[in-house]
Amino acid sequence: MTDTSPLLQVSGVEKSFGDHHVLRDISFDVGAGTVTVIIGPSGSGKTTVLRTLNALDRADRGTISIGDVSVDFGADVDRSTLTRFRGQSGMVFQAHNLFPHKTVIQNVTEGPIVVQKRPKDEARADAKRLLTQVGLAEKADQYPYQLSGGQQQRVGIARALALKPKLMLFDEPTSALDPELVGEVLRVIRDLATEGWTMVIVTHEIRFAQQVADQVLFVDNGVVLERGTPKDVLANPTGPRLRQFLHRILDPL
Amino acid sequence: MDDATVQLILDNLWPMLKATVTMTIPLTIISFSIGLVIALLVALARISSIRPLSVIARFYVSIIRGTPLLVQLFIVFYALPQFGVVLDPFPAAVIAFSLNVGGYAAEVIRSAILSIPKGQWEAAQTIGMGYTTTLQRIVLPQAARVAVPPLSNTLISLVKDTSLASTILVTELLRVAQLAAAPTFDFFALYSVAALYYWVICIFLSAIQGRLEARLDRYVAT
Repeated sequence: MTDTSPLLQVSGVEKSFGDHHVLRDISFDVGAGTVTVIIGPSGSGKTTVLRTLNALDRADRGTISIGDVSVDFGADVDRSTLTRFRGQSGMVFQAHNLFPHKTVIQNVTEGPIVVQKRPKDEARADAKRLLTQVGLAEKADQYPYQLSGGQQQRVGIARALALKPKLMLFDEPTSALDPELVGEVLRVIRDLATEGWTMVIVTHEIRFAQQVADQVLFVDNGVVLERGTPKDVLANPTGPRLRQFLHRILDPL
Repeated sequence: MDDATVQLILDNLWPMLKATVTMTIPLTIISFSIGLVIALLVALARISSIRPLSVIARFYVSIIRGTPLLVQLFIVFYALPQFGVVLDPFPAAVIAFSLNVGGYAAEVIRSAILSIPKGQWEAAQTIGMGYTTTLQRIVLPQAARVAVPPLSNTLISLVKDTSLASTILVTELLRVAQLAAAPTFDFFALYSVAALYYWVICIFLSAIQGRLEARLDRYVAT
């Protein structure tokens, strides 16, 4: 996987909320068709890293390139560039954030029809295919409240995929789920990896990271403290902060 | 009840119904519709991060809620002519009621919009929607569910408040009752009929409110 050119390049990203300097200096690359997992303690800034990649949180400084769209957040960014930048990636939220007043299939077709102006029939056919892929074809006409947490999250994934982004972002996609529902969501994400989707995933599922990730970033205190293959970072952790973190996650008591 | 009173009521059932249908109801519908548009704009201005907009909106709401509706009516109809703005009773009433509804409903709509979780705005943004589209397709449909019960209150109040238009010579329901009762001094009979008419309208509106709420609740777990 190392021979692929980077699809995502993050360089010198900083972000503050008021006095709180959340991201101090974040730089990393993600190769096309690879999976990057970001781990780190709560408050480390890992979710903020992910959110800057979609400009849900605008970086104060630094450059982010996704595909052929490059944005220097230290300079003024015009609206159309920002819109193009956001269109490069799809986001899956921890709390799914489905539109409760729309049915499952309407959630999936909303972006393609309303934003991308694609023909309704085509968007619906596409959405059906995606729902089949995430195992929810028969739920197409239900409302989100009628689904389980795992099913809701899978609809969230289908909604993001429907826009055909170059990069998929997952913000702790299983953290809000009951333990027995985690597997069905992780399996869908793993299948996407097999299909060749480029993904950045913030998660606490270390075993999942070991199986699926090409690259693991350990973010702590607003910087990327360790970066490497799962084998290097997770199996043979060197730094004390990472070892402490992994120890707490794998052996909470 | 003596025969004269019965006859008086019978003679005026139709004229009062006519006043209700041609004046009270249109006045309510037109004022409420314009008022809702004003309210939405004021609510958005109030939420806006553009400071002058939110200050103006806050000021507007404060004035409308802090002064009597009757005074607002008098200012539009009796005071504006001093500045050369002369309005007929009906348009004057529409203006005053619309502005009044706008002030009250703005607060309802504002709080309904704010009750929609931030994640909904964010999700809409990540699928490429801008502010207006998000508002139209994602936030307002959900806010409507929250806003319908208090807005129904505003509408029902407005139905009854239109009776104040009698003081600026709009020949609405109460005014017709007043004019008919005056020569006979039999106010009780005709004012009771007027009260009954208002009540019936409000019962009808409450029923619509119930159906609307049921419809908007269809996507919520019960």
